[in-house]
Amino acid sequence: MILTVTHRTLYRYDAPVRGVVQSHRLTPAAFEGQQPRDWRVTVSGSVIGGGFRDGAGDWVQAHTVQGPVSEIEVLVEGVIETVDTAGVLRGHKEVVAPPVYLRKTAPTRPDGALRALAQKAVAGAEDPLDQAHRLMAGVADAIAYRPGQTDAGTTAAEALALGAGVCQDHAHALIACACSLGLPARYVSGYLMVGEGDGPNEAAHAWAEIWIEGLSAWVGFDAANRCCPNAQYIRLGSGFDAQDAAPIRGTARGTGEENLDVTVAIAAVQQ
Amino acid sequence: MLSRTADNLYWIARYIERAETMARLLQVGERISLVPDAGGAGFRNEWDSLLQASGTAEGFARKYGEAVQRNIESYVFFDYDNPSSIASCVSQARENARIVRSALTAQVWDALNTAFQELRQLERTERSELDIPALAEWTTNKTAMIKGAIDTTLLRNDGWDFLHLGYNLERADNTARLMDVKYYVLLPQLDLVGTGYDNYQWITLLRALSVLRAFRWAYGGEVTARKIADFLILNGQCPRSLITCASGMVTHLDRLAEGYARPTGTQALARRMREDLSAMTPDTIFDEGLHEFLGRFVHDVADLARLVREDYLSGDVR
Amino acid sequence: MYDDGQVRPPYAGLEAWTNTMPAELRHLKQAEAEALFRRIGITFAVYGEGGDPDRLIPFDMFPRVFTGAEWARLERGIKQRARALNAFLVDVYGRGEIVRAGRIPAHLVYRNDAYEKAVVGFTPPRGVYSHIVGIDLVRTGPDQFYVLEDNCRTPSGVSYMLENREIMMRMFPGLFRENPIQPVDRYPELLRRTLASVAPMKCDRDPTVAILTPGHFNSAYYEHSFLADLMGVELVEGQDLFVEGEFVWMRTTEGPKKVDVIYRRIDDAFLDPLCFRPDSTLGVPGLMDVYRSGGVTIASAPGAGVADDKAVYTYVPEMVRFYLGEEPILENVPTWQCSRADELKYVLENLHDLVVKEVHGSGGYGMLVGPCSTKQQIAAFRAKIEENPGNYIAQPTLALSTCPTFVEQGIAPRHVDLRPYCLMGERIELVPGGLTRVALTEGSLVVNSSQGGGVKDTWVLAE
Repeated sequence: MILTVTHRTLYRYDAPVRGVVQSHRLTPAAFEGQQPRDWRVTVSGSVIGGGFRDGAGDWVQAHTVQGPVSEIEVLVEGVIETVDTAGVLRGHKEVVAPPVYLRKTAPTRPDGALRALAQKAVAGAEDPLDQAHRLMAGVADAIAYRPGQTDAGTTAAEALALGAGVCQDHAHALIACACSLGLPARYVSGYLMVGEGDGPNEAAHAWAEIWIEGLSAWVGFDAANRCCPNAQYIRLGSGFDAQDAAPIRGTARGTGEENLDVTVAIAAVQQ
Repeated sequence: MLSRTADNLYWIARYIERAETMARLLQVGERISLVPDAGGAGFRNEWDSLLQASGTAEGFARKYGEAVQRNIESYVFFDYDNPSSIASCVSQARENARIVRSALTAQVWDALNTAFQELRQLERTERSELDIPALAEWTTNKTAMIKGAIDTTLLRNDGWDFLHLGYNLERADNTARLMDVKYYVLLPQLDLVGTGYDNYQWITLLRALSVLRAFRWAYGGEVTARKIADFLILNGQCPRSLITCASGMVTHLDRLAEGYARPTGTQALARRMREDLSAMTPDTIFDEGLHEFLGRFVHDVADLARLVREDYLSGDVR
Repeated sequence: MYDDGQVRPPYAGLEAWTNTMPAELRHLKQAEAEALFRRIGITFAVYGEGGDPDRLIPFDMFPRVFTGAEWARLERGIKQRARALNAFLVDVYGRGEIVRAGRIPAHLVYRNDAYEKAVVGFTPPRGVYSHIVGIDLVRTGPDQFYVLEDNCRTPSGVSYMLENREIMMRMFPGLFRENPIQPVDRYPELLRRTLASVAPMKCDRDPTVAILTPGHFNSAYYEHSFLADLMGVELVEGQDLFVEGEFVWMRTTEGPKKVDVIYRRIDDAFLDPLCFRPDSTLGVPGLMDVYRSGGVTIASAPGAGVADDKAVYTYVPEMVRFYLGEEPILENVPTWQCSRADELKYVLENLHDLVVKEVHGSGGYGMLVGPCSTKQQIAAFRAKIEENPGNYIAQPTLALSTCPTFVEQGIAPRHVDLRPYCLMGERIELVPGGLTRVALTEGSLVVNSSQGGGVKDTWVLAE
C-alpha cells in the first residue's frame, strides 16, 4: 500500500513567546513493514537542530525557533509504502535491550485491577504470543472506545476504573498488563488510515508493542481496534508511555498561553 | 560575561546604595524627633514623607498603621518584610555577591561578607542596647568600605561597569524621589512655601542626602529652593546630583559599548538625559514645574533600568 | 596511626609537632582555621535540617598520612577501577556484552532506575561516561583497603581536599618544610584539561567549558563556584543556557556564546525537561538532542549512575576481570543482596552485626549500623527491609582504621574513610590526595558530613 500523509500542527500563543524548542519523532524508520519514499518535516521559521537515530531506532530531530513568535506550524508531508507483516516488527534496527521496557512509569503502573485483568485474560494461554493476543482482547473488552472521557494525563489504572478511553488509554493499559506478567511492552505512536465508519477514527494513532521472546521480535497490538498493525499503519516511534513516545515534544519560553490545532489526513494512493 | 553575573553585580550596587540611602533617612528621622514640631505637622508627617520617598510608606502602614518612632526604626533597619530595609538590602547584596563570588576580589567579598556577619550579630543584640545613630553610621561605614574595595581592587572590566551602572542608577532614582516627595508633600500648603518652615524642610532634605555642608560651601547665604534645585540637579560637583549620576551612567555605558563594540539604546537614552540636564537652568526647571520635571526624570530612570535589562541583563541579547 | 603500639612510620614527622603544641595554641589555631573557612565562605548546608545555612563542616587539623608506596598501590587500584567502570558503561549502553556473557544479571542493569534509555546506542567522546570517579575507601589493616562505594556521577567534596590543604599550609608552614608532602593543587587544571579533552564531535576549536549548578541554594554551591573560579570557566545555571540550532549557548552580555563541554552538578532527571522530568526548571530544554547529535558533551554523561548503584557495586571486581583481563587490586566489601532470599535470611538474622544500606541511597541516610543501634532501631529497620528487600544490601561492620584526631581531651583515635578523585578523559589522572572524612563521635563509623562528620587534610609523602 502506498500512503500519503499530511499532518499539520499549529501552535498559537496568545502572547508572543521568546523562543521555542522542539524535539521531533516525526520521521518513520524503514523496516519490512514500511519504506518511506518521500518524507518532509518543516517548522515555520525554525533553525534546524541536531538529529540522530536513538537506541530504539527512531530518528529524532531538534528544531528551535527564535522569538518573539506567536504562531508556529509544524507540517509533515510524506509518502510511504507499507506492507502487512501481521504486526511483527522485522528489520527494524535498534539496540535497547527488551528488559528495559519492563520499567513502569506513572501512566503504565499496574494496580490490582490491571493485574487481575491480565491474570484473567491469559488463563489457558499457550505461549507468550497467545498471551499477548488475549491481553489485547481483555483490554479492549474492559475499556470501551469513548473519546472525551479521558485526557492526556489519565493513567492506565484510571482508564480501566472508568471503563472508557481512547487509543492512548488502551495502549497504556495493555503495557501495564503485559509488564505485570513480565512481558516487556512499549508505547508506539504513529498514523492510521481508516475508511469511513471503520470504528475508532484516529488518524494520529497509538498502540502497544509487546516483546515476544520466541519470535525474538516486537509485535504490535492495537487494542483500540482489536488487531495487529497492518498496511494501514505507519509507525513513527516508541517509548515507555505516551509522553516518552510523543511525536512532538516541545516547550516555549514565555508567558503566552498555548493553543493547539492538529489536522491529520492519510490517504491511499490509487495504483 | 554571563548576563546573570552582570545582573548580580548590578544589583549588589543597587542594594548597597539603597542601604546607604535608608541609613541617611534614619539619621534624618532621628534628628527630626529631637526638634520641636515646626508648623504643627509633627514628625509623623516628616517620617511619612521619608517613607514615601523610599517607597516603603504603604508597607509600613499595612504592618504598623501609626507612625511610631521605634516602629519606624525597626521597619527601616531590621525588618525583612520591608524589601528596602537595611537588613534586607545588606542580605540581598551579600547573597548576590555569594552567587558571583568568583567575579569579585577577596577584599570586596570580605567587605560584603563582614557587613553581613556583623548584621547577624546586630540582629541577635537586644534592641535596648542599640543606638539608632550608631546603626546608621555602621551602615554608611560598611557601604563606604564596600565601595572602596570595589574601586581599589576590582578589575576595570565590564563587571566594574555594571556595578557602577547600578550605583548611579539607584542614586539618581533616590535623589529624584527624595526631592519629589518633599516638593509634592508641601505643595498644597501654599502658605508655607517660602516661609521659615519651608526652609527647614529643604535643610532636612540636604541632610538626608548628606550634602548640607557641601551645599553651604558651594553657595553660601540664604537657602533657597532655586539654589537647592541647582545643587541637587545641575551641579556636577555634588556627588548625588542628577547630572553627576547621569554622567556616571554615560561613562560606564560608553565603556560597555566600546568594549562590546555595540552601541545600545540604553547608552543613547543616558546620553540624552545628560544633555537635557546640561542644557537646563534652575529657571527652566521651575518654569516646567519641579514636580513635573522630577516626574519625567524618574520616568526616564525607570526606562533606563528597563533598557539595561533588555540590552545587557536579560540574556536575550543578540 | 599506631601499629602494635608503635607510631606508624608516615606519622613520625607529626609526633614532635603534636608533642610540642600546647592546648591553648591548639584552640587558637582551631579558631583561626574556622575563621578562615568562614571568611572564604566555605560552608555546608544540609538539606531539610533547617538551622544555619552557613554551617561549617568541622575541620580537624591532624592530617591523615600515606607513604608514597602505600599510595602507589592505591593509585593503581583506583585507576583500574575507574577504567573498568567506564568500560562497563560504554558496554551496557551498547551491545551489553557483559550481560550476554552472563557475568552480571540483566535485570540489575536494564531494570535499574539509573539506566537511561535515552542514551542507549550513544558512545560519548573518548568512550568516557564518568569523568570524575570518586571512590570511597576504608582501611582495615596495613595493606588492606576496601572500596565502600563508587561515585560515578558527580562526587562532591573535592573543594575540601583543596581548601583543607590551603589552610594547613597557611597555618603550619613549618610542617610543609619538614615533610615531603606531595601537592594537590594541580587538580583544577587537570580537571579543566580532562573536560576539554572530551569536547564533542562538532567542536572545531578550543572548547568552552562551563559548570552547570542547580543554583546558589544548593548545599554544594560553594564547591561549584570554587571549581569554576580555579578552572577559569563560567558557572552557569540552567536559565543561563539555551539550545539553538545544533548547539548550546550561554546568555552573555555580549550575546550568545557557544558551550562545548558542560560539567553538570545536577541530576540526570533535571537535565532536560523535554527528555526527563518535564517539570524541571534547573535544566536546559533540548539539551539531550544536542548531546546525542554531538553538539555538546555532558560530564558526567547522563546514565553514568547505573555503574555506581549499590547492587551493581558487587559486580565491579567482575568488570575488572571482564573488561581489563586483570585481577582487581582493590577489594569490595563482602555484600549481601537482600533481593536474594537466602542472603536476606542471613541479613535478617544478623542485623545487629551488619551495616545495611539502601541500594540507591547516599549521604549516610536510610542506613543501619547494627552494632551501634538500639533494639528498637533494629526492629524498625527490619520491618523496612521485609517490606522491600530489593531496596537493601548489607555489609559486615568493618574494623575501620583510625587516625589521630584532636578532641576535647587531647588526641584520640577516630574512624576515617578516604575519597580520592580520579579524572578520566584523554588521560587518566589522580592527584596524590583526597578527602579524608572522620567520624568525630567516639566509636562512630558514620563519616558523612551531613551526619556530623568532619574532614582532614590528606597527605601523600614523596618517597
